[in-house]
Amino acid sequence: MTTSTAIEPGPETLDARPALLTVENLRVSFGDAEVVKGISFTARPGGCLAIVGETGSGKSVTARTLVGLTGRGSHVSADRIDLAGVDLRRASGREWRSIRGREVGFVLQDALVSLDQLRRVGDEVAEPLRLHGWGNRRSRAERVVELLDAVGVPEPEVKARQRPYELSGGLRQRALIASAIALDPKLVVADEPTTALDVTVQAQVLDLLAASKERGTSIILISHDLSVVARLADQVAVMRAGEIVEFGSAHQVLHDPKHAYTQALLDAIPSEHTRGTRLAPPADGVSDVPRVRKIDRDRPVLRARNLVKVFQGPDKIDRTVVNDVSFDLFAGETLGIVGESGSGKTTTARIALALTEATSGDVLLHEKPWSSISAAARRTVRKQIGVIYQDPLSSFDPRWPVGRILADSLRTGSRPPSSKTEAQERAVRLLEQVGLTREHLTTAPLRLSGGQRQRVAIARALAPEPGIIVCDEPVSALDVSVQAQVLDLLTDLQDELGVSYLFISHDLGVIHHMSDRILVMKDGRLVEQGDAEAVFAAPAHPYTQRLLTALPRLAQA
Amino acid sequence: MTTITLPTVVRSPDWVRHLRARPTTVLASLVVVVALVAAFAPGVLTPHSPTTIHLQQTLRSPSWHHLFGTDEAGRDLFTRVVYGTRESLGIGVGATAIAMAIAIVFGFTAGLVGGIVDSLITRLLEVLFSFPALLLALLVVAVRGPSLETELIAVGVGSAPGYARMVRGQVLNVREAPYVEAASALGHRRRTVIRRHLFPNAFRPLVAVMTLGVGQSIVWASSLSFLGFGVPPPSPEWGALLDAGRDFITTSWWLEILPGLVIVLLAIAVTSLGRTLQHKLEGAAR
Amino acid sequence: MTILVEVPEPAVDPAGSGVDQRPAARPGVRLARRIVWKVAGAVAVVIAAASVTFFAQLAVPGDRATILLNIQTGQHQHYTAAQLAPVRKEFGFDNPLVAQWLRYIGGVFHGDLGTSYTQHRPVTQVVGGQLGPSLIITVGALVVAWILAIGITLLTVKRRPVVSALGSLWETFTACLPQYWVGIILLVIFSVDLHWFPVIGGTSVKGTVLPIVTMAIPLAGFLGQVTRDEFEKVLDQPFVTTARTRGQSDTGVRLRHALRHAVLPAITLSGWALGALLSGAVIVENIFGRPGIGQVLVTAVSTRDVPTVSGVVLAVAIVYVIANLLVDLAYALVDPRLGGPA
Repeated sequence: MTTSTAIEPGPETLDARPALLTVENLRVSFGDAEVVKGISFTARPGGCLAIVGETGSGKSVTARTLVGLTGRGSHVSADRIDLAGVDLRRASGREWRSIRGREVGFVLQDALVSLDQLRRVGDEVAEPLRLHGWGNRRSRAERVVELLDAVGVPEPEVKARQRPYELSGGLRQRALIASAIALDPKLVVADEPTTALDVTVQAQVLDLLAASKERGTSIILISHDLSVVARLADQVAVMRAGEIVEFGSAHQVLHDPKHAYTQALLDAIPSEHTRGTRLAPPADGVSDVPRVRKIDRDRPVLRARNLVKVFQGPDKIDRTVVNDVSFDLFAGETLGIVGESGSGKTTTARIALALTEATSGDVLLHEKPWSSISAAARRTVRKQIGVIYQDPLSSFDPRWPVGRILADSLRTGSRPPSSKTEAQERAVRLLEQVGLTREHLTTAPLRLSGGQRQRVAIARALAPEPGIIVCDEPVSALDVSVQAQVLDLLTDLQDELGVSYLFISHDLGVIHHMSDRILVMKDGRLVEQGDAEAVFAAPAHPYTQRLLTALPRLAQA
Repeated sequence: MTTITLPTVVRSPDWVRHLRARPTTVLASLVVVVALVAAFAPGVLTPHSPTTIHLQQTLRSPSWHHLFGTDEAGRDLFTRVVYGTRESLGIGVGATAIAMAIAIVFGFTAGLVGGIVDSLITRLLEVLFSFPALLLALLVVAVRGPSLETELIAVGVGSAPGYARMVRGQVLNVREAPYVEAASALGHRRRTVIRRHLFPNAFRPLVAVMTLGVGQSIVWASSLSFLGFGVPPPSPEWGALLDAGRDFITTSWWLEILPGLVIVLLAIAVTSLGRTLQHKLEGAAR
Repeated sequence: MTILVEVPEPAVDPAGSGVDQRPAARPGVRLARRIVWKVAGAVAVVIAAASVTFFAQLAVPGDRATILLNIQTGQHQHYTAAQLAPVRKEFGFDNPLVAQWLRYIGGVFHGDLGTSYTQHRPVTQVVGGQLGPSLIITVGALVVAWILAIGITLLTVKRRPVVSALGSLWETFTACLPQYWVGIILLVIFSVDLHWFPVIGGTSVKGTVLPIVTMAIPLAGFLGQVTRDEFEKVLDQPFVTTARTRGQSDTGVRLRHALRHAVLPAITLSGWALGALLSGAVIVENIFGRPGIGQVLVTAVSTRDVPTVSGVVLAVAIVYVIANLLVDLAYALVDPRLGGPA
């Protein structure tokens, strides 16, 4: 099982500098479950090693083991864990504490929860300084300002006195990095440091880590996202189920992968190159046939006219969340709406679904009034428009098994099943259509995997046989390989049934892969719209250009 | 031919494995079962009569013959506690039912109707909540005069505001749940959504709360009786036993401490069952 | 001790966008504005509470003047209009209901809670002198309970399984204990058997110990449960991991980071707890023969002197309201996040 895990670095990764960190045959288990199965790697000064893997690959556990925080009930063994000549396997609690923060800095994802909300940003950044006896109160305060300034926080004196929740996501993450590099550690371990961030902010944070690397810090970057890694890493280790399946230079791993799993991961990343192709390897017997598109540009199924939505905040101040947004969705088409958080894309989707009332403007469904009619009148035509959410689990009644969820949805369609048996048979057909089986009928959604849940959600949306499905970030919570399967399923269903998708996503790659036309939203406004190929090839609006520049690409490696 | 005797796997019976896995739950259930037996068939647990007076055996301390000792009239205290179970448990269940009925009406109205009705009810509850439960109960007693009925109403009314707030919060929670919106997005009527999703999901956690509530109601009711505002003394209701024993605190500790212990045991048992149930329901609803 | 109180979640970033869109009102101004609103709300609650007690007095079945005379004479009979008239006049029963109500509400803010049926003295006088001793044991119990709860939680939460289980068991057990039972056990052991404390304590310092401990034990269990749940949650938070990755020790993590978060729900509950303690004081004063509102209340309830009962209940409600104002302030100090308990 573990025979081929210790992969020697290829010749191109050889470096004259001695390794800062050497890990050999690291094993971590919790109880009987071994989650890291004998992995080996090295990290060099001024280099970046990326450890990439999906949920459950053991990458985060590995990261935490490097600072001796594997967690309760864990058992760690290794032939070697050397950091700058110190054998960490024998480190005592006290020794670990002197290493953490001083020798090794650690950056977690999402600073909103990774910084103490009740303390000032300055105190958080100063904590490693204080713990390791650096300077006095005053010199520490000065150092904090320097550090915040160095990571690009504007007005560092002011921000140091604020609390994390008063800062924007990007600034918070910078502050978190500032606290990790406060004592200029030789090694920085970053565990998904950009995952919760918008793409433009993500690019800035990666640049910050790159600058640290330039100064000679060794960086270990943990990520699920190969394209993020491409921007920073010199070496890449691909982990699956506790083993490193491939290890090599970033260029080699990302462009000439030796292992089938790495290849599959790379293929699964949606981008401009993957349009019209399948992302996941096709199931047996299914050949990769080219897509058949039947878009009817004369038949708009959903038209939005000058939508405006104003919300009043708790402070009685009006915020225009959606500002003069118009679009048409044609039969058989996928219209992508892309934007960063707070751009108003989800509110637009909710107005299109008539779940939120627009402040002004209206929506037509099949050229007939939709948003302006009474709720009762709307109910009779609801079946024509379905929805898929980002978090399918919370959209299912926790008491209901899959079969009941589907039967309930079938009843709302234009051909309600006439008997229990018919409902069940049709539910099974739906399950098969989305790649599940009859056995799932009696399963509670809680017991399904993330991908399976989203499949059930798709089946539920399909049950009333709608012509339009609004997909609100349908794959954002999924691993890339599962995401690939779900996106493939959505395209297959479109080819088969001719449904139109209003597809909301923050991920430009996903949008590019899926959409025929796209709308780019920023601060509630539509800044650009047009044919997907055209917009991506030659973005007209500066914001779109910025988005595309910030977009991490594999080609960067 | 050789016969191979397969070793029979000795499996412990179900209840043993349960006991090992969650000893507290099993013990708590046991206490509740004994209480139920005492309530419906007190004769099973004790051979004595709760009312027979033995003037030669007054105020005996606990012994093998009189587990809980005897009272000032020579009556067997254990027997009286057993026979008092029905009334005490009845008050606990009844008062909780009253409290819950009030709470559900107010909580659901506030949570479902919303708007001005909601703010009015919320305000009212906030006001009632500013009266500690026992004081609200005492106010009811002062207005109505002490009796069994008053005790039920007093404890029920006293604990209703807390429950009502919780029910309202629960309704709001479920109303905002994505699955409720998903049901509307499928084109279900509001009425259907309320009946099929909102009611059942908002009620679920209340089952656990009611269990917890019974334990508390028993304690509160006994506190009222302890102060002399419960069921009048000849009754073996637990609070009344406590009230009657107070005159002998300095000489006969068992008259107070042992009935109190029974109340505590039952309250803890019911509470721990309620908590287990709560965690289970929370787990199921993730 | 009840476990049925809603703990409001602090509202974090209502816009959910992660972008700070709040107007730049200075924290001081924001806090002042909030306090003004809170005080206004508190006054409204007091008025409403007074109305409830006022109507409780009307809810007594029968004619009030007749009841009053019967209570005073200990008889059970009917009176002539001529006999009732002076009583009605004295107590203002012949005024229109609205006028009586307004007078009662107005009186509340002037420290006038009506006249006791039995003692013929203003209720304020009857209650006033007794509130002090009750408040002493109440506040004392709250402080002791907090110390016990925090101490036990800090020592036992997320330690070795046996230690944690013991801490948790202790809390579950004590949180269920009725105050009268704890009181009697302490009385029997420490006063009757060991003679360490007087059986009838009065207001002496020695006599104050047992009442405070009696009320503190169940409350400590309850506060401990709440704090422990929160503490366990907080110790799993990413920011705690971050602190550890900076070299923070386990003790440092607990004291400097987790504790502050973990006490928030218990702070929210303290206002309520103070009210609950005051009603507990009724029982405890009864057991330990201690003067206070408990004695007044029990006498008044048994004589059905509803104005006095109302007075006590209202006084407690006012204490509760003030306590909650203080709690809000304490909460704002510990948790500077906007929102807090609404």
